[in-house]
Parts: sequence; structure tokens; C-alpha cells
Amino acid sequence: MEQAFFFYFAFVIAATSVLVVALRNPIYSTLALLVMFFHVAGLYVTLHAEFLAAVQIIVYAGAILVLYLFVVMLLNLKQDVRYHRQWPMAAAVGATLVIEAIILTAMKGSTTPAAATDTETAIGGAGNTEAIGDVLYTTYLFPFEVASLILLVAMIGAIVLAKKDIGEREA
Amino acid sequence: MVPLSAYVAVSAVLFIIGLLGVLIRRNFIIVLMSVEIMLNAANINLVAFSYYLESMAGQLVALFIIAIAAGEAAIGLAIIIVVFRGKISTNVDEMNLLKW
Amino acid sequence: MSLYGTDLLALLPELIVVLTACVVIALDPVTPASRRDLLAWLSVGALALCLGLTGWQISVENVRVSAFSDLVAIDAYARFWKVLLYSVTGVTIVLSLPYLKAERIHLGEYYGFILLALSGMLVMVSAVDLLTIYLGTELMSISLYVMTGLNRSKPRSLEASAKYFVLGAFSSGILLYGISLLYGLAGSTKLASIAGAIGTRGTEDPLVLIATILIAVGFSFKLAAVPFHMWTPDVYQGAPTSITAFLAVASKAASFAAFIRVFVEGLGGLKADWSILFLIISILTLVLGNVVAIVQTNIKRMLAYSSIVHAGYVLIGFVAAGRGDGASGGTPGLASVMMYLAIYSFMTLGAFAVIGMLRKGGMEGEEIEDFAGLAKRQPLAAFLMLVFMASLAGIPPTAGFIAKFYVFMAAVEAGLAWLAAVALIFAAVSAYYYMRVVMVMYMREPSSSSVAPPQLATSPALSFVLACAVAGVILFGLFPNPLVSFALQSVLTLK
Repeated sequence: MEQAFFFYFAFVIAATSVLVVALRNPIYSTLALLVMFFHVAGLYVTLHAEFLAAVQIIVYAGAILVLYLFVVMLLNLKQDVRYHRQWPMAAAVGATLVIEAIILTAMKGSTTPAAATDTETAIGGAGNTEAIGDVLYTTYLFPFEVASLILLVAMIGAIVLAKKDIGEREA
Repeated sequence: MVPLSAYVAVSAVLFIIGLLGVLIRRNFIIVLMSVEIMLNAANINLVAFSYYLESMAGQLVALFIIAIAAGEAAIGLAIIIVVFRGKISTNVDEMNLLKW
Repeated sequence: MSLYGTDLLALLPELIVVLTACVVIALDPVTPASRRDLLAWLSVGALALCLGLTGWQISVENVRVSAFSDLVAIDAYARFWKVLLYSVTGVTIVLSLPYLKAERIHLGEYYGFILLALSGMLVMVSAVDLLTIYLGTELMSISLYVMTGLNRSKPRSLEASAKYFVLGAFSSGILLYGISLLYGLAGSTKLASIAGAIGTRGTEDPLVLIATILIAVGFSFKLAAVPFHMWTPDVYQGAPTSITAFLAVASKAASFAAFIRVFVEGLGGLKADWSILFLIISILTLVLGNVVAIVQTNIKRMLAYSSIVHAGYVLIGFVAAGRGDGASGGTPGLASVMMYLAIYSFMTLGAFAVIGMLRKGGMEGEEIEDFAGLAKRQPLAAFLMLVFMASLAGIPPTAGFIAKFYVFMAAVEAGLAWLAAVALIFAAVSAYYYMRVVMVMYMREPSSSSVAPPQLATSPALSFVLACAVAGVILFGLFPNPLVSFALQSVLTLK
């Protein structure tokens, strides 16, 4: 049963990501991306990372994707030539790489990964949200603060770049 | 029980598709979406390893990546809006004011 | 939190930088346009304070301390880079002031962004965990993407910002995938754990090799090494000159610092593999960078290729560290790398400062032709440019010569004498395009009077800073020992 879910999610993820890259109309690409994000969240649920699945839907599908959709609609770009001239070669290389990747990872299935060497971050018996919160605000406090600075820069930067008049003509 | 290598295979496929998207598409926004696909591939890898190695670090890193991706998307789209407003082509190939 | 009380105190300079950035951004709306200089001077003052604090910390105790649950290491290696970064940022702010006013983009947020980019770099240089390195890189990069596009009325600036963003995001994606694979290997993103896991698994594991290649590619984009250098000429040419200076110097230094940390502390067990990889990259960089620089007519583009070439020289020192065995191990190689970057910072900053000063008919003078006859009109500026060009070319007795000398010595000691010889030949080739600028300045007649004569947009502070830079370049060329011993001392704390 678990395997059935996994195969469904994996198949849709692969298919929609190819659609994102291959479709002509950017709006269709964005919608394919939306479907992909939902199925990645589904994949997270099969991995018992429920909080992350929720964050994926809220942030990626709910915020980032809506932003992309806004801009695509706003700019209303013409749909001219999609690819570089050498796209058949790139597609061939890509197909080769994909097949190789699948074969490589299937063969590597025998090598078991080493157990976690990090006792601080071992999963406790609590639910996923509690476990993440436990680690985020103690061990990972410093990256948390740096991430908040990044978001500050992104906010102010977006305004400075795109606002029509920012008083630059004075002095 | 799904083996770990299945998840790694999915993320590898996703990564390569995203890579190709960045290299062959000419529309700036589709290129940005392909970068998001690559980031999702890394995230799947991290969460899968986190589950099979029983370590929380992977999920935390994935959480941070999601947050940073949001910030980057905001900046990238602001840039494309300004470029569009300056009447410069939004074709990655045609941004050739700066040549060789 | 008392949990991290001592750690916060050790990171006090970084906190001051972040605090100043926030204060500058908050004060900007209430500052009248004519008094925006105060924000710049506030930033410079804060940086001077941080420089003093770090210097005091170095003199008091300089051992390696792990902070914030092993995510950050405060050691001599990090402090070396921090000292460099504070000085470079201070100089950049000073050289930005007249430039921004002349280009009419004097925004208060500019100083806030520079300080936030600096704080990202400070996080990068002291991080010992892949997550922290990634976050520092992103903080630095996002601030720089915004600043590159600040000159919104010039299409080149916007295009540069777009290109920089796409390639920066792309390389971050590749880097992240490599990080995820290393996490799968070790169960942790800490460099120490990764080194341990590589030790247990051996160096022939395909997962390890793929992860290393991906991380090498990701970092090579940031370092602008061939063949991942495509963004550099366009971005350097299009961005406002003061930002180009900051990009070429500070972001490169910070990226190298993080790069060295990852490859020496984390992936040190794979020395045999990555030293070959970077050997190839460094040769490609030297060849391509030098050849293409010769045909450039735009001086900012030429300096972009020049900075690509200098990254190649630094990689030679890095490869020497990887190949080095014997009693001293990789130390001479790494110390030469750090010293090279310090000296490179000041030469390049000086060169960009002079370019930023040059204005022609109200616009920026960007072509090499704009420098024609500068010696007759502005002899002092021409002399400054002469010194910086000579130092970039590596002509004794400038500091540039010393930097190359130590890198080549490290290469010879590691058994790579042939590489040093090749690099020497290309250094001679590079002298052509550096000296061409000097020749244009001194031996050509100034352009005819139909075009406005070049003027200088400068300020007393900038002149003072340039005087210090020139003095430093010449003095370090004559008496390099303080810098050499500082670098050697700092490398020792790297595991």
C-alpha cells in the first residue's frame, strides 16, 4: 500500500516536472509546477515529515507559486521560440543522465547509509512538529536568525528594486 | 517498505530535469521555476535521508531551504519586473547588451 | 538566552554590523537627502569599531572555539578573513560616496545592504557546518543581487542583476544537491562529521565522488573559475563600479574562505581527487582568462577577466596545499592563498576606485580610451593607476609580486614546479594588458577638445584611503613579513 502511494507520487512528480520544462505557455508551466509541489508534499507525508509537508504547501504552493503566477500574468509575455537551438541534443543528454541516475541508485540500494552520528538531532518519539520545534530553537538557533536576516534583505531588496519612485533623483 | 534508493532516484531525476530546464529554456521565469525544481530535488533527498538515518538535521535544512527559496523567488521576480519595465527583452538569450 | 551568552559575546563584532545595518535602514526615511552622508559615516564608524574589537580579540586569545552548537567556529582563520572583510568594506563605502552622488543613486539602503552582505560574508567565514555556509552565502548573494541592479536607469545594470541572479540561484541549487548527498553520507551537515564519514567509507564511494564534484561545481561558480565564469564579465561591467569593486574583492574573499573550509576540513580525505580537479580548473582559468583579457576594450570587463585570472593563481596555491605532504603539510599553500587574497583585495579595490572616480561628460568613463592622456590632466590619479596596474601584473617591488612569489614557492614545494612555470609565463602575458592601460595614460595625447575632458569625482576621504592603499601596496612589496606571519598563524587553527 505504501509502495503504491510512493509510485503514484513519484510518477506524477517526474511527469509534471517534465511538463514545467517542456510546455510552451508559461501559465501551463506554472500550473504543472503547482501539481508537482502538491505531490512533493505528499512524498514528505510518506516520509512521516508532516510539518514539512504542511510548510511545503503553505509556502511553496501557497506563496511562491502565487507570486510566480502573478508575475506571469502581469508581464503577459509572448510565447515565442521556446528552446535554444540545441535542444534535441540537450534532451538526449538529459534522457541518458536520467536513465543512468536510476540505474546507479538502484544498484546502490545495497550500500546502507551510515547511522546518524549526530546524537543531538536524533528523532524523539514526539510528533513531527514537536520534534522540529525542539531542534530548531535550540541547536539551530543561529541559522534561524541568519535566515530571518535573509528574508529581511529579500523584502527590502524587492521594494528597492521594483518601486517606481524611491527618491533617487535627489542629491 | 520503500527503499531509500527509490527516493534518491526520484530526486536525481528531478534534479536533472531542473538542470536541463535552466540550460535549454529561454524564458526567464521558466528558468527560475527550473531552479525551484532543483531545490525541491535537494529537499526530497534531505527529508528521505533524514527519515532513514533517523536524524532531524535533514528536515531542518529542508525547512531553511524552503524559506530561502521564498526570499529568492521574491528577489528574482522583482528583478524580472524591473527588466520588463526597462523594455529589455525577457529572453535569456536576447539579454545581449553585454557581449563578449 | 543564557544558553548562548558567551557565544554571542564572542560574535559581538558581527552583531554590531547587523545592528548598524538595521539602524541605517531605519534611519534612512528620516534623513534628508543632503545628509545621507551621515549614514555612510555611521557605517564606516561601526566597521572601524568592529575592526578594533576583532584586533583586540586576536591579541588576547586566538584559539579555536566552537560556538552555537558546533555550527560556528571562532578561530584565527576566521578572524583573518574578518579583519580583511571589515577593512575592504570600509574602503568600499568610502569609495562609494562620491560615485553614488555622481551617478545619482545615493540611497540610504545602499549602506544597509552593504553591511548585510558583509554580515553574510562574516557568517560564511566562520561556519563549520554546511547549512551555515549555505545561509551565509545566500545572505551575501541576495544583498549583492539587489545592489547590482541599483542603477535602474541603465539597462546594463538591470541585465547584470538578472544574469547574476540566474547563475547565482543555479549554482546554489547545484551546491545544495551536493550538500544533500553529503548529508546522506554522514547523517549530519557538520564538516567534522562528514570528514569522519568519509574516513569510514573510504574515498572510492561513488556517492562521495558525485557529491564532491557537485560541491566543486557549485563553488566554482561563486569563485568565477573557468568554465563557470560566464557571468563575471557581464555582471562586473554592468553593475555600479563601487558594487563591482565590492563583488570582485569581498565576495571572492569570503567565497574562497568558505571553499577552503569545506574542502580542507570537510573533504580533506579526498585530497588526491579534488586536487586534480582544481589543477585542471586553475590551468583553464589562467589560459582562458589571460587570452580573453587581451582583447578587451572596456576597462571594467578587463578587470573582470583579471579577477578571474587571479582566482586561478589562488587555486594554484590551493592545489599546492592539497598536494602538499611532508612536515608542513598544506600550510604553506593555504597561507599563500590567504595572503594572495589579502593583497589582491587592495590592488583591485584601488584600481576600481580610480575607475569610479573617472567621469567623462557627466557619465562614467568605462573604456580604456577614456584614460588617454590622463597623466597630463590628472597626474596623481594616473600615478595611482600605475601602481595598482603594476601590482596586479606582479611587477616587483609591489605587493602583487610578493603574493605571486609565495604562491609559486608553495607550488614548487608541493612538487608542482611545472605549474609554477606555466603560471609565470601567463603572468608575463598578463603584463601586456595591464601595462597597456599605463601606456594609454602616459603616452597618448588627451582626446580632442570636442569631447569633455575627464574629471574626477572624488572626496578627501577617498584620497586619503587611496593614499593608504598605494602605501600599503608598495610597503608590503618591500616588507612582506608581518602579513606572511599573520597568514601562517591563522592557518594553523584550520583542522
